[in-house]
Amino acid sequence: MSDAPRIVVVGAGPAGVRASQALVEAGLRPIVIDEGLRDGGQIYRRQPDGFGRGYAKLYGSETAKAEALHRDFDALRAQVDYRPRTLAWNLSAGVLHVVQDGQAANLPFDALLVCSGATDRLMPVPGWNRAGCYSLGAAQIALKSQACAIGAQVVFLGSGPLLYLVASQYVAAGAKVAAVLDTAPERPSLAALSGLLARPRLALRGLGLIRGLRKAGVALRKAVVPVRIDGTPEAGVDAVVVRSAAGEERFACDAVGMGWHLRSEAQLADLGRCDFAFDAFSRQWLPAIDEDGRSSVPGIYLAGDGARILGADGAEAAGRLAALAALADLEHPGARARHAAEAPALRRTLRTMARFREGLAQAFPWPHAHAAGLPDETVVCRCEVITAGELRECVRGKDAHEVNRAKAFSRVGMGRCQGRYCGHAAAEIIAAAGDTPIEAVGRIRTQAPVKPLQMDVLQAEPDA
Amino acid sequence: MSAPARSDVLVLGGGLIGAATAFFLRHAHGLSVTLLERELVGRQASGTNFGGVRRQGRTPQQMPIAHRALRTWSRVRELLGEDLEFRPYGHLRICHSQERADMMAEYARDIRQAGLELQLLTREQLRSRLGIFSDEIVMGSLSPQDGHANPRIAGPAFARAARRLGAAVHEHTEVAHVERDGDGFRVESTDGRQWRAEQLMVCCGAWSGRLSAQFGEPAPLEFRAPSMAVTEPLPYRAGPFIAMNSGLIDEVMYFRQIERGNIVIGGGRRAEVDLDKARAYVHPDNILRQFRELRRFVPAFARVQLIRVWSGVESYTPDSRPIMGPSAKVEGLHYAFGFCGEGFAIGPGVGEVMAEAIATGRCGLDLSPYAIERFAEAG
Repeated sequence: MSDAPRIVVVGAGPAGVRASQALVEAGLRPIVIDEGLRDGGQIYRRQPDGFGRGYAKLYGSETAKAEALHRDFDALRAQVDYRPRTLAWNLSAGVLHVVQDGQAANLPFDALLVCSGATDRLMPVPGWNRAGCYSLGAAQIALKSQACAIGAQVVFLGSGPLLYLVASQYVAAGAKVAAVLDTAPERPSLAALSGLLARPRLALRGLGLIRGLRKAGVALRKAVVPVRIDGTPEAGVDAVVVRSAAGEERFACDAVGMGWHLRSEAQLADLGRCDFAFDAFSRQWLPAIDEDGRSSVPGIYLAGDGARILGADGAEAAGRLAALAALADLEHPGARARHAAEAPALRRTLRTMARFREGLAQAFPWPHAHAAGLPDETVVCRCEVITAGELRECVRGKDAHEVNRAKAFSRVGMGRCQGRYCGHAAAEIIAAAGDTPIEAVGRIRTQAPVKPLQMDVLQAEPDA
Repeated sequence: MSAPARSDVLVLGGGLIGAATAFFLRHAHGLSVTLLERELVGRQASGTNFGGVRRQGRTPQQMPIAHRALRTWSRVRELLGEDLEFRPYGHLRICHSQERADMMAEYARDIRQAGLELQLLTREQLRSRLGIFSDEIVMGSLSPQDGHANPRIAGPAFARAARRLGAAVHEHTEVAHVERDGDGFRVESTDGRQWRAEQLMVCCGAWSGRLSAQFGEPAPLEFRAPSMAVTEPLPYRAGPFIAMNSGLIDEVMYFRQIERGNIVIGGGRRAEVDLDKARAYVHPDNILRQFRELRRFVPAFARVQLIRVWSGVESYTPDSRPIMGPSAKVEGLHYAFGFCGEGFAIGPGVGEVMAEAIATGRCGLDLSPYAIERFAEAG
């Protein structure tokens, strides 16, 4: 085994588990790094011990897939070097830098499979910095990991399938959902429909969720323009105000879950110096990958929502495909044949998912035009408390037409989250204020650490 | 092709020093000036450095420029109408060995003749004044008027002010060709634009050596990437910029707190740079070494979160002195580069001095220790 290739998988969600499984099938023992307490990732988040709500309640129509992923990873556990609660905080040439329970380790690799998942994509709304505002993902985690709701009366605001899914899960769990407010147009375009028809059963399931919410008496609005989130510093949010064809409406609530699809967690790819390319459908920069998940850097493979937002089914296919590609590239015995046999079907699956993704992006578009209309006093960067007006002043007064320039001048995206939650909106504000194409505004460069690192971390080994 | 644009002075390189030189050429001397910058003003070393503005630790020979530069820093707000976050709250050196303490005391005695007054602080005085150091620290040396400023905004602010005064500042303009003929200097950019001027200043940081070599004056520069980092915000307490003084590179740490509350950190081993891509990368192991040393000297750092690291491309000369002043070979040509990681601290002052030297042929300072000719034999 001593000259077996060293392979590290980052992430134990759908992509990471399926990648690990393919590696174990090839007789290898990969290291599997995961930030979570348990495997499953975010979508199939595995519950802490003693959790009362069962799979069917938590995962609904996806119960069988969640159970299968958890069961399959359990079966792999003895054959992988699984390291939960571990942050991959940096990446240098051929070495992944991780920290677990305050102890650092440097992991040299021949192949790195980054299955880092996604976080919510957010558009600021005046007042979104009040206590009681959560991302849709956070609202769902509260339910899946702590069996609690984010509030007693919740408004969901945003667009995309997760908006309706989380709202339905809240209703099913007995939470009071005051309204679901969607910024998407009333009717999807024909182009959007043809994309959605790539996965007709999933599209129907989405319609079923909407019907269920209506039946439960939840106020549903489409084509809304968010006006503001009301509240006080002491008590947090108390209402969401939106404008739509029905005029201006105010929905009282004590918590808001918001999000517009997802954004890839591509920090490791960036630190690994992988090339990125602008994706016009979602108006975001994504790491460049080939059909099988090879990045522009030899030895670095990207799979799952961390590279393309294709959802959990797509992530399972992409994880397996990237692992098979890595094994083939390493000329592992038998790997080329395996890859040749399986890749066509996996690629076909991914192409279907990609068509569906394009349909979703058109049916539930990222409301980029809202950025231009945000009042100057709206906080954009919540970590550093930078307003839309300050950002616009950097564009108009200081010629900062590129997002890293605006970051240097204004501190936008410089805080704890490094622009995860404000970077896309900040780019739209800069583009609108300077009349610059969004792709020319660029993307916020990643700096280590991927997430904040407490300074009591102990070194991997004594200095050379 | 249109005729070359003419000005009195062409400044190549839009770092803090180039931008400040352009500003002072307009502000103090009324010369017409054109500044050419390959990418964006202030984006390389002068925008990514630690932000220290100190005189303490410099040699007596370098003290005149350091004094002058500190005076320039103290006038920046009035000159530019902008706050570059210059805070003269002091520079405190600390050490953990008696040997170093003796050296610091000797330095304090000797440097007084060069006009720098330092206060030596005992372990007990450090405890009562700051109360953050471990018992390992034996002595401190405070230079009360030194301080720190914000590198990210300094160069661009000088360039904007220069532009307001009529300087032509061209960003995204890469120089393809430079020559001198009977009519002065002619510069052509990669996209075919041309400029002419009587005098030319080369201040392209780490990339200056290519141009100086073209004029027969090679500079033996080495390139290094410092390791910078910043913590989450903590309650703010106005204080000095603090530096660990040690003979061991791994122990040399420095940090300062900004008003927003974050602590900016630098120090330890420097990493390699990619000069062609103009990028520098922090070595991950050095970040963890910084943690170890900072915890050792300031135990409270153990519970602080680090949120971001960065680096920049710096150039170093063999004798740790910058190259600053007129060319020995070419009439009308001036240099200011190779600042050995110290350019920001004196940048506005260097701009003022260079503008004066270009405009009048004199600057009231002896620039001979910085002359490029000192490397002529070695080249």
